[in-house]
Amino acid sequence: MKTLVSINNLSRVFDVSRPWLNRLIERGSKEYLHAVSDVSLNIPAQSIYALVGESGSGKSTIGKIVVGLLEPSNGSVEIGGVDLARETDKATVARTRADIQMIFQDPYASLNPRWRVSDIVTEPVRARGGDISGLAERLLEQVGLSGEDAGKYPHEFSGGQRQRICIARALAAGPKLIVCDEPTSALDVSVQAQVLNLMSDLQEELGLTYLLISHDLTIVRHMADRVGVLYLGRLIEEAPCDDLFDNPRHPYTKMLLDAAPKLDGFGREVEPPKGEIPDPINPPSGCAFHPRCPLAIDRCKQESPQMQQIASSRVACFRAG
Amino acid sequence: MVEPVLSVRNLQVEIPLRKSLLRPVDNVSFDIAPGEILGVVGESGAGKSMTGNAIIGLLDRPAHICGGEVWLRGQRIDNLPPEAMRRIRGKGIGMVFQDPLTSLNPLLPIGAQLRETISEHLPVSNDEAAARAIAALEEVGIPGAARRVDAYPHEFSGGMRQRVVIALALCAEPGLVIADEPTTALDVSVQAQIIVLLKRLCRERGTAIMLVTHDMGVIAETADRVAVMYAGRLVELGPVREVLSAPCHPYTIGLMASTPLASQNRKRLNQIPGAMPRLDALPPGCAFQPRCTSAREVCGQGVGPDLTAGDGRAACWFTQAVSA
Ligand SMILES: Nc1ncnc2c1ncn2[C@@H]1O[C@H](COP(=O)(O)OP(=O)(O)O)[C@@H](O)[C@H]1O
Ligand SMILES: Nc1ncnc2c1ncn2[C@@H]1O[C@H](COP(=O)(O)OP(=O)(O)O)[C@@H](O)[C@H]1O
Ligand code: SF4
Ligand SMILES: [Mg+2]
Ligand SMILES: [Mg+2]
Repeated sequence: MKTLVSINNLSRVFDVSRPWLNRLIERGSKEYLHAVSDVSLNIPAQSIYALVGESGSGKSTIGKIVVGLLEPSNGSVEIGGVDLARETDKATVARTRADIQMIFQDPYASLNPRWRVSDIVTEPVRARGGDISGLAERLLEQVGLSGEDAGKYPHEFSGGQRQRICIARALAAGPKLIVCDEPTSALDVSVQAQVLNLMSDLQEELGLTYLLISHDLTIVRHMADRVGVLYLGRLIEEAPCDDLFDNPRHPYTKMLLDAAPKLDGFGREVEPPKGEIPDPINPPSGCAFHPRCPLAIDRCKQESPQMQQIASSRVACFRAG
Repeated sequence: MVEPVLSVRNLQVEIPLRKSLLRPVDNVSFDIAPGEILGVVGESGAGKSMTGNAIIGLLDRPAHICGGEVWLRGQRIDNLPPEAMRRIRGKGIGMVFQDPLTSLNPLLPIGAQLRETISEHLPVSNDEAAARAIAALEEVGIPGAARRVDAYPHEFSGGMRQRVVIALALCAEPGLVIADEPTTALDVSVQAQIIVLLKRLCRERGTAIMLVTHDMGVIAETADRVAVMYAGRLVELGPVREVLSAPCHPYTIGLMASTPLASQNRKRLNQIPGAMPRLDALPPGCAFQPRCTSAREVCGQGVGPDLTAGDGRAACWFTQAVSA
């Protein structure tokens, strides 16, 4: 299938140094945090690609770079062949921007409380001077709300309804790609089901592509075609969804899948994972997972494993087979 | 039968507001036996935290208990004066909340907080209290416990802080621990560590645990029995395996079917239409009736069904019909 998003050797570094005066007094040096390191992946058009990983693994940073909210420090992101950070043709930039939308975890924080719903959902089109007659009503009905809701304010809606409004706004400009950052983490299970079903329906109907960011493995399993697993800013495994869950190859993926509570895991005794995620400012040498890895050998402490293809998976581990 | 550690009988909590009287906990009854983990699940706003806070006497005004009884090891505790209740918290009941910082004093080293709680509740010398503080930290898996007793809460990671809180909750050897979303803010791998720890302590010491969470997976792996709450009421109560794999109440049935399974890709999820009603707009009869596909006329009338309505497991007039 055709590639819509192509992420190439993407890195993002944040300067997290103390203010210079403090550094001077404490004789500290500059400190950098590598939020994303050398990530490469392709997202086929009209598919759902999920990024999973624990907090701080770099999921949101990648999502923000893809939609253009953050600049890469290194590497590139191409959407339909266009690299927004380098493209100079204004019309191409505008068209590509309209192709990409994002929805966030918190449907409360991402809606302006003083705007009517109609103004909120049509904003992406108005901003480009497009025609908005009847648009709000159509969008609201598309996400399972009523056209009559257009005149209301965000506070009149429940959390699940607000996420529908965010989705309606994302759909307004007729995008190809929607980056969904933890879209249901703030919602209860029964409401989450409504939103996930809606996302599935819209994807099929409109031929959308999703980059789905989630720490919840059950949602990823439910929604994704391909899955990428991040650990401390590095992509450590990538595979088709079923393969990743049925046959995880990286020791961290195995640990993560094993640690996740199972709905039918009555009385299951888990071997608790070893240790915690290390400090991202001073990550371990070599393979960043080596201090917690049951398979680690000497080489893991010295060398950083590169991605290698094994069957349908890509894995960054010296001992994966 | 062993005497339960905790008995809650027809517990009612009310919140008098200017325009209305809310009932965030309505007629809730359950027991927890020694060494048993009772899971309490439900959507946000269902009344899980209110129930826990009512039991430990920590309701924020104007919320207060307005009916029912709470018994701890044969002693009635819902009507005790504040000072007596304060002694029970710690000695009789330990508490673990979602945010470990609500239970820790940011200005005191963790060892000092442990020693204070131990000395207050147990007849031990200062040296003994100090030794026990270190032992408690070792038991919950704080590496280098003897070295780290003088560290402050902010010097620990979120997961380690929650371990400290568990040490604090257990150091006076209470018979009951109320853990309200103890792993909700933690990553999966740390959550697994904390759950293993809670289970081990419960087993080794015979502590009864009331585990409040909205995570069905955590309940499945941890609880012996589970209580499902909806709009302030208990709608189903039973052994965890039965309630989760063969739910009786239409709400529990819908909830389980709307939860994505870790073993399935791309199956359409069940949707429960609508949302849980607000407390100031509860329907008459069964609170789930407006969303229930099995509802009949009687469901919207009078007082709703309680757990004794059907076969004793679910608060539904038609439990038999639904589960059949
Ligand atoms: N603006 C920023 N300044 C400094 N550090 C940041 C910034 N944004 C993110 N980080 C750090 O980058 C890492 C990755 O963060 P993020 O992408 O938000 O992870 P995730 O979404 O997987 O939880 C974390 O260690 C985080 O603290
Ligand atoms: N001071 C208050 N005034 C009005 N309603 C309140 C107040 N405190 C809590 N509530 C309501 O009580 C209900 C139960 O809340 P809670 O026990 O925290 O739910 P849960 O822990 O199950 O998410 C909620 O509907 C909440 O809105
Ligand atoms: S490279 Fe080594 S340390 Fe890293 S995951 Fe593989 S075996 Fe473990
Ligand atoms: Mg994030
Ligand atoms: Mg709560």
